[in-house]
Amino acid sequence: MNRISAVSDWILLVVFAAVILTMPVWLAPFGADYPDLMQKFAIYGLFAIGFNILFGLTGYLSFGHAAFLGVGSYTAVWSMKLLTMNVLPAAFLSVFVAGAFAFVIGFISLRRSGIYFSILTLAFAQMSYNLAYSVLTPITNGETGLQLSLSDPRVVDAMAGISTGRSLPSTNLFGVKMSGLPGFYFCAVVLIIGFFISLRIFRSPFGTMLKGIKSNQTRMAYTGLNTRPYLIWAFVISGMYAGLAGALMAATDPLAGAERMQWTASGEVVLMTILGGAGTLIGPMLGASLIKYFENIFSAFNDQTLNQIFDFVPDSIRGYVVELVSLFVGDGWHLTLGLLFMITVIFLPGGIMEGFRRIGGLFSRKKSNTPSSGAVSDQP
Amino acid sequence: MSKNPTNNWSRRDVLKASAASTAIAGAPMFFSRHAYGADFLNNPGDSGTVTLGFNVPQSGAYADEGADELRAYKLAVKHLNGEGDGGMMNTLQPSALKGNGILGKKVEYVTGDTQTKSDAARASAKRMIEKDGVVMVTGGSSSGVAIAVQGLCQDAGIIFMAGLTHSNDTTGKDKKANGFRHFFNAYMSGAALGPVLEKEYGKERNAYHLTADYTWGWTQEASIQASTENIGWSTAEKVMTPVGAGDFSQYITPILNSGADTLILNHYGKDMINSLTQAIQFGLKDKQVNGKDFQIIVPLYSRLMAQGAGENVKGIFGSTNWHWSLSDAGSQAFVKSFGQEYGFPPSQAAHTCYVQTLLYADACERAGTFEPCAVGASLEGHKFDGLGNGPTEYRAEDHQCFKDVLVVKGNDNPTSQFDLLEVVEVTPRAQVEYAVDHPMFAGGDLGSCNNGA
Repeated sequence: MNRISAVSDWILLVVFAAVILTMPVWLAPFGADYPDLMQKFAIYGLFAIGFNILFGLTGYLSFGHAAFLGVGSYTAVWSMKLLTMNVLPAAFLSVFVAGAFAFVIGFISLRRSGIYFSILTLAFAQMSYNLAYSVLTPITNGETGLQLSLSDPRVVDAMAGISTGRSLPSTNLFGVKMSGLPGFYFCAVVLIIGFFISLRIFRSPFGTMLKGIKSNQTRMAYTGLNTRPYLIWAFVISGMYAGLAGALMAATDPLAGAERMQWTASGEVVLMTILGGAGTLIGPMLGASLIKYFENIFSAFNDQTLNQIFDFVPDSIRGYVVELVSLFVGDGWHLTLGLLFMITVIFLPGGIMEGFRRIGGLFSRKKSNTPSSGAVSDQP
Repeated sequence: MSKNPTNNWSRRDVLKASAASTAIAGAPMFFSRHAYGADFLNNPGDSGTVTLGFNVPQSGAYADEGADELRAYKLAVKHLNGEGDGGMMNTLQPSALKGNGILGKKVEYVTGDTQTKSDAARASAKRMIEKDGVVMVTGGSSSGVAIAVQGLCQDAGIIFMAGLTHSNDTTGKDKKANGFRHFFNAYMSGAALGPVLEKEYGKERNAYHLTADYTWGWTQEASIQASTENIGWSTAEKVMTPVGAGDFSQYITPILNSGADTLILNHYGKDMINSLTQAIQFGLKDKQVNGKDFQIIVPLYSRLMAQGAGENVKGIFGSTNWHWSLSDAGSQAFVKSFGQEYGFPPSQAAHTCYVQTLLYADACERAGTFEPCAVGASLEGHKFDGLGNGPTEYRAEDHQCFKDVLVVKGNDNPTSQFDLLEVVEVTPRAQVEYAVDHPMFAGGDLGSCNNGA
């Protein structure tokens, strides 16, 4: 790593931080500038960035990452029930528990690679989901989901003499409420820290080692290197990211449900990473934001809003237009997402980031004759 | 992604950059200032409209109910805005509704899909509260979701008018000061069904429970078990099934060998349609156990489910909150205007959602404001009539409506595709009423109401 790339990394980090922190401003025209959705962008961005450390660097496709998200959520809610409503202990505990959980699952699953590894992780995640859903009901409250209640002990808060009387306490960071915009800024700061760590991992010898595993694991083994510890660490780190994302979900909305661990949730993070661009630094964040945007904004369009949008169309055809478009919005938003995903995978196998690079490459070639090595590197 | 950093900075660049960073730093102040100054969250103020949030399942096991709920909400909005024939606005007694919106503001609405999942439902409700600025959220069709959204509305400081939710916990262990339920609950179903079952099937039966594995299933199973054991029945076994399982055959086979002579299906929506159909395909209804005909009971019934299960519902007992064949003026007015709008009669889910919207609007009119605490206070202890259930009271202590409960039976000779249920008995309110601290409802606390600002 030479000095120039170190400088450009710092610039990348600063730009990333600025873009994330100004979300409330530039998301306004998209109708997405409300705290809950921005929190989701940050949380799922973190989840996808963590997933990318495993999938993007080592090429190991885990189909069970939602299990760590769920474990993180449950841990955080229990920390809020038993210890304190402060989100920091909850976050640390979640990272720790999810990391331990990831170590156990990773230790077993990483004995295999390729499709067998994917199936093993999927099996573990579904097992965790079913356990949370039925067998472990005393801990997880099953389908209803784990919630705070007035009768929770909250030992630390009780010792500190914090009482909220007959109303439920809210999650806080040393007194600052974690709902609404402050909650978003907290998630955003955590995301930026998470992004920075991921950046350092990408640039470190450890990251290079993981990339080596991705390109040819057998050759790595022939050089006398034991690849398993590296894989396990990558798995644990990305599990910790997922646990932290789960803790943030609980911090902004103190509820943990089993459906967070379902295989669809695991599949979602795979989609996010591939849609944005696996193996790139920014891609997973882009993919996560796009999917969450679709899920929250497109799914809310109903005939009423469509009629408003197509107000300019003559009445005679407006009915047909609205009917046609309504197939793709409202409860049909999955259809739009599916089409988008297909188009991306077919035409831009490297995800949205590849699209950006191609556009960037187009411009740099036309405008000047600078060598394209910088623009077409596999990192953003 | 990154720009070339080696350019020299001109004065213009410096000015631009400092302006941009000021804007960035100032953004949080600008965007959070709305949180102060308003006396309650999402105060419509001088605006000519007011927005309600309709959060219903549009996918999942309860999607049919959700679709019907949404129809009812749209109809209620129409009536509140003075369009259409007014439906039950004309029969509600006493009524402060004027047919010009709520407090003179035109009613608008936003919709969301709960997907019958707590997470999705809360995300959707949060969008309504934070982005669309709703003053009230309503919906349900799964008690797990209703409880989750009720908790959210309590935290945020918005009134939650529960739609179809039948678990005891909604107004029991998980009751909230900002949440109100018009629908009846599992305890009431048990109390109403008990005497009818005793009369029809005698005192000696052995019941086998199949139960949806979440709050509603748990409390309904406990309620029905208590009331059947009260009339002398025994309980063979209680088996939990996942919500939305689709195939119940693995749960039905063991019933044949369990020695039970009665199957109690604590299922709802598509789950009930599937499990009932499969139970009948397996020949349970034709069996004789302990010298008695095998019977199936579905404690919570709805016409939509009966329609889905078709022939199979014949002769099967259950309870319901409301049925379109009732002959009182309120029910008839509602069935008429719903029928004119959509071409078929409303379900009980549609009824309770329509009623909740009207009750909320009426409470706002009486309170003279949208402020959640004031609206809540005017709903607490409110007595009304003419909404299809006879005289009804919103009990102040737990925000549960108390009214008569219908015991119904699958119609043996339906005269139309909607005439599937026959009302066997109208159980009077006194028989289904319980104390606030009844063990099945204990452990909760309303807490204090929240205005959100």
